[in-house]
Order: sequence, then C-alpha cells, then structure tokens
Amino acid sequence: MSENIKIIKDATCTFCGCVCDDMELHVDVEEKRIVKAKKACVLGKAWFLEHTIEDAPAAMIDGKEVSIEEAIEEAAQTLVKAKFPITYGLSDTTSEAQREAVAITDYIKGNIDTTTSVCHGPSGLAFQGIGESTSTLGEVKNRADLVIYWGGNPAESHPRHFGRYAVTPKGMFTPGGKKDRTIVLVDVRKTKSSPVADILIKPKLGKDFEVLWALRALVKGKKLADNIEEITGVPLETLEDLAERMKNCKFGVLFFGMGLTMTRGRHFNSGALLALATDLNEFTHFVAKPVRGHGNVTGADNVVSWQTGYPFGVNFSRGYPRFNPGEFTTVDTLANGHADAALIVASDPASNFPKKAIDHLKSIPVVALDTKRTETTKDAHVAFKTSTYGINTTGTVYRMDDVPITLRPAFESPFPDDESILTGIKKRVQELMIAKHQATGASGEAKVAAAFTPL
Amino acid sequence: MIIINGDSKQGKFVVENLILIPGRSSKQGTTLNQGKLKDAYKEVTTTLEMNQDDMDRMKLVDGDEVRLKNETGETKVRCLGKKPEDLPAGTAFIPYGPPSSELMASDTAGCGMPLSKHMIVEIEKILS
Ligand code: SF4
Repeated sequence: MSENIKIIKDATCTFCGCVCDDMELHVDVEEKRIVKAKKACVLGKAWFLEHTIEDAPAAMIDGKEVSIEEAIEEAAQTLVKAKFPITYGLSDTTSEAQREAVAITDYIKGNIDTTTSVCHGPSGLAFQGIGESTSTLGEVKNRADLVIYWGGNPAESHPRHFGRYAVTPKGMFTPGGKKDRTIVLVDVRKTKSSPVADILIKPKLGKDFEVLWALRALVKGKKLADNIEEITGVPLETLEDLAERMKNCKFGVLFFGMGLTMTRGRHFNSGALLALATDLNEFTHFVAKPVRGHGNVTGADNVVSWQTGYPFGVNFSRGYPRFNPGEFTTVDTLANGHADAALIVASDPASNFPKKAIDHLKSIPVVALDTKRTETTKDAHVAFKTSTYGINTTGTVYRMDDVPITLRPAFESPFPDDESILTGIKKRVQELMIAKHQATGASGEAKVAAAFTPL
Repeated sequence: MIIINGDSKQGKFVVENLILIPGRSSKQGTTLNQGKLKDAYKEVTTTLEMNQDDMDRMKLVDGDEVRLKNETGETKVRCLGKKPEDLPAGTAFIPYGPPSSELMASDTAGCGMPLSKHMIVEIEKILS
C-alpha cells in the first residue's frame, strides 16, 4: 500500500438494490485500488476491494485486440445489418447509459429488455394488473411497525436492508428501532435471515399463493376451510394471528423477493401479495415493495418506461414501441430463435439463462459491454471492457424504492464508460440507418434525418 | 417423491427426484466480484445444498459428486449436507450459475420469466 491515500466520503455502493450511499472509501491513488470500504457489508466490501484495474484490451473483435473506434464501427454494422437485433441487460450501469441503449434500439428497430424480465418481471405485470401501494425506504425506516419479508433472504442478498432501512434503524416514529417493530419472515427454507424474525412462517413449497389468498380472506372477515394447514403447511392460528397484526399495525410493509416471482404462479403470486396490501389499506396504511437485486435495475425500469412507455420486453420493429412479455422478453427472443444479433450491456446471460437460450445466444453475433470477462464477453463478436459505475464513473442510479442517487467515483479507470461507448454506437447507427433509408428510396435527406431525431 | 433403487455394475445406486431451488448466497455474491470465470465462483455454483436426512438415505457424504438431470439437461455438482430443519426433505438449494442454467427450461408461459426456482430434477450419485 502506498502513502498516497485519498478518502471519498458518502460514496455509493452499487452492488445491490440497497444502493447504500454512506460509504467511506480509502483509495490508494498510486495503486488505483480501494483499500478500505467503511460501512460496506460483506458483498459491498468484495465489490470495492476486488475492483482492480486489470491489464486487458479495451476492445476486441472475435478475440483480437482492436481500437475502440474499430470496435464501435463493427458493433454498429452488426446491429444495423440484423433483422431482429435485441438489446439486453442494463441493470448494472448508469441511467445515462441505459438511455443511450434505448435510443440505439429505437434506431435499429430492435427489441429491448432488461434483467427485470428474469427477476421482478412478473411483479411488473402484477403492478399493471393490481397497482402498487408504495413508499420510499425512508418512510419504512421512520414509520413501519410491522415488516414482513416474503420469499427472500436479504441477510445474504441485501445485507444492509435490515440495518439501514427496515429492521434495526431508529426512525422518527420508531425510536426504539427493532423494539418498535415486529418482523415476520415467510420462506420455505430456513436461511441466514431467519434469526432476525419475531415470527417465522414456513409454507409448503409452492403454496405461497394459497397462503396469501387465505390471508386476504381472513382480512376480509371470511372463514377458512378447516384443512388450511394441510393445504398450505401453515396452522390456522398463525394465519389468524398474522391477519390481525396486519390489520392493527400503524404502518405495515410487505417486502417480497424472487421466492415469489421465480416460482410456480410467478405474477399471480406477486399479484396476490399486492392485492393483500391494497385490501389492508381499508384498515391501516400498508405498502408492498419488491426487493430489487442489481444496483440499477430500478433505473432500467424507470428509463425504459419513460422512454418507451413500458418497463421491459419492448419491441420497436414497427417503428413504435410494443410491449409483450413472453414474446419480446429475452429468454423468449433467444429460445425461440428470433434474435439474430444482440447488444448485451453489463449482464451475463450466457451464464444464467436457460440452456436453450444460451445455445442460441452463442450462435449469433454479440456486442457485449462489461467490466469483467464473463461467459458472455468471452464468445462475443465485439467485446468492450468498460469502467465500473460508482467506482470509476459518475452518473445516476435508482435505489430499489425509485429514489435517484448521484454516484461519487473513487478513481479513474483507463477503460471507457458504458455511456461513451453506447453514445459512439448510437451516433454511428444513426448514420448507417439514414444511409440505409436513403438507399431504399426514401426522399430527401432532411426528411429522413427528421425521422431519426435522437431521443 | 419417486425413489428408484437399482444395481449398477459398480454397486448399488439410488435415484430420487428432488425439488431444486436455485438462489443467491453471499458467497456467490463475493466470489462473482473476483470474476465469474475464476475457480472460487465455479466452486460455489457447483455446490448443492441438501437435506442431511436425504443425503444419509442416499448414502451421500459431503463432497460426493452427483448428477442432476431433468428433461432440459444435466449437470454434475458436489453435495453438502444441511440440517433437516433448515432445508425441507426433498428439496435442494444451489447458488445460481452455469450448472443451474443447464437444468432450466426456457418456456416462460407468456411472462418472460423461466421457472427458475422449484425445478424438479433427478439426482443420482456418481460412482467413482
Ligand atoms: S447492502 Fe448492497 S448496496 Fe449496501 S453495502 Fe451491501 S452490497 Fe452494497
């Protein structure tokens, strides 16, 4: 370690959706690495301390080092040539970069989708069907006296969620911290989160929907069948007790994770939970919040929504945005063999998608941007190594409760950031699309250019 | 749960059906920061947590190699016992990664999300 240590206060960790913005980073300026990350959890520490500047090419075509300009040209040509180009990822980059990705997809009449479709996508569908009774995490901290976690393990996936927002912090109306709150955890398995719970409920596997529906019935004063425990694995008294607590708390919150959205029932499960929160507002104040995974996945939903009107699974092939999960979501566009080129930003579908989708991804030209070498960048036709948001790059990130936060980077990286690469691709794609339209007989350069005004 | 007992040339083997729950773990989170192509990440994503009673019945001990198989694909992982009260009998947990992808069907039932948890898989000890 050198003597030259710079301290960055109130830096932001973008590893998970908690987006903790109270980090104190100690940066070894000469060695270009973070040597201490005060207040970071175990995941945050790994995020900061493992971040070193690797000696690797910034751009490659088919595994061979090229200049960034050459790679941008090849990326643009690849995307413009394709008949069904897809854009995917975006949850681990800034909202400024996300905006550029939407613009590129719009120009090339492609298909845009984010990692939301394989995380809380089903909740996104449920929001549209049921609505969302929501709040910020600040409100939860200051007001919530009943906190329910359903189908998630924050102790391992969002370690500071308990300490910073929902379990132990002392709030305006919860001055006693945990003493002023009842914590309920609903999960089919015991996890590292279990010790935090005052009440632990273990439904039978795949019976979350039934438990939620039973609670809705109880909240509405209906009688449940005698065999409810046999069906759900949860005793009637436990359900009755929870329903009473929910109706009688001052401010209740249901945090839900992928234990609901990724399992049988998917959007029906999230929908049942959102409906329960809505029902409870007849009695008290109750909100429901998805616990979001990647640092800026919430930003991806926001940016794609405000640019296209829909949160994910959007297709521009007709020149205007259309939303159709199951058709325009990436697992589907790949597994069905529709996609013929892909722009993958800050995501690694080649290591976590279903096998059939991965097989198709490996058969088409991929343009990939990532900070590290992954299964996706390894086989990409054009691969960019980019700097890391929040550590090397400033920009905007949305916390899981839709609160935007500006990043304070720790040190500079020799690699370009996602936004500048995507801006370069966007400009070139725009030129190529104008040329393509002129060649196909569209009249008047000005007229064509007008049709391609940047977003 | 379907249990098939049989004999192979090398000796007795047991095949059972399990419900596999892939998910996140803190070790998966910390090792992915080192790099997904590094050994630490590979080790985490190839470790299958199982109910100890299930393992005892199948004559499996920690570190044994097992084959997980379903109609989508198959993969080899190493198993690790968990207290029966922590992981219900008949279920197993694995951190997300390439092995869980091998078993994930691509049908999203019109919502974009493949069934990534609650996957029914066949488990079989690999005899050395
Ligand atoms: S909880 Fe999440 S955002 Fe906060 S320090 Fe840990 S990994 Fe980073």
